[in-house]
Amino acid sequence: MVDAYFVGVAVLTIGTSIVALESKELIYGAIALAISMLGIAGFFLLLDAQFVAMFQITVYVGAVAVLVIFTVMLVRTQDLFSAKDDKGRKVGGIILALVTMGGIGAIFLVSGISDPMFGNLESTPTDVKEIGKSMLTYYSPALIVLGFTLAGAVIGALALARREGLLKENESTN
Amino acid sequence: MNQLIDFVIISIALFSIGIYGLVVKRNAIRMIFSIEIIANAANLNLVAFSRHVQNVEGQVFALFSIAIAAAEVAVALGIIIIAYRLYKQIDVHEFRSLKG
Repeated sequence: MVDAYFVGVAVLTIGTSIVALESKELIYGAIALAISMLGIAGFFLLLDAQFVAMFQITVYVGAVAVLVIFTVMLVRTQDLFSAKDDKGRKVGGIILALVTMGGIGAIFLVSGISDPMFGNLESTPTDVKEIGKSMLTYYSPALIVLGFTLAGAVIGALALARREGLLKENESTN
Repeated sequence: MNQLIDFVIISIALFSIGIYGLVVKRNAIRMIFSIEIIANAANLNLVAFSRHVQNVEGQVFALFSIAIAAAEVAVALGIIIIAYRLYKQIDVHEFRSLKG
């Protein structure tokens, strides 16, 4: 049996993620996506993963959502929002989503994971200390590579969005 | 008390919503939203199973995944901005320069 907190967070997360894809205005979609990420952080808290929840709020709600909202404001035009989805494509997408949900759900339900004896989460949660320990010992090379990847991605994004190259290109074509 | 299967079901629902968005939407920013929703579903699954097996590895993987997703969003939004400058719109059907 699930508790009321779980049901509330589930409705919030799934509802806002649908709104993020279906809202008329792109900016409302971006805000709904941020709330959906917040709901995922709520699930992490339910799973006793406070550190991951904090990281999720910092990175997704704090950084990614703001980045997306700024991009939406930068590319805002009138004809952007009037583009309608193809009707047949939409029906096909809904059917594909339902088939995916039914297929994966059926696999999980017959796998025995739904057995209350197997799938209970009543054991003691792991300590945050363990995360730090494994990150600095066994996963330390991965952590360093991750740092380089982030640096490379940020420099790459800056190089992509630079205006200078575009201006030169326009001059040469003119 | 919540069961493991509850979290897995939520994760499957989010994954399906993301697949729907990737298939139907033509707006590049909405496709980024879909990718983010799918990545979050995967993270939720990782943390749920990590809680179940009382192992910290799943949480470490989720942390790495969140960091990589942030990098991916930065690059993708840079690409969208430059595509918007070139084509004056963000409909992916209009990005035809790479078409043979």
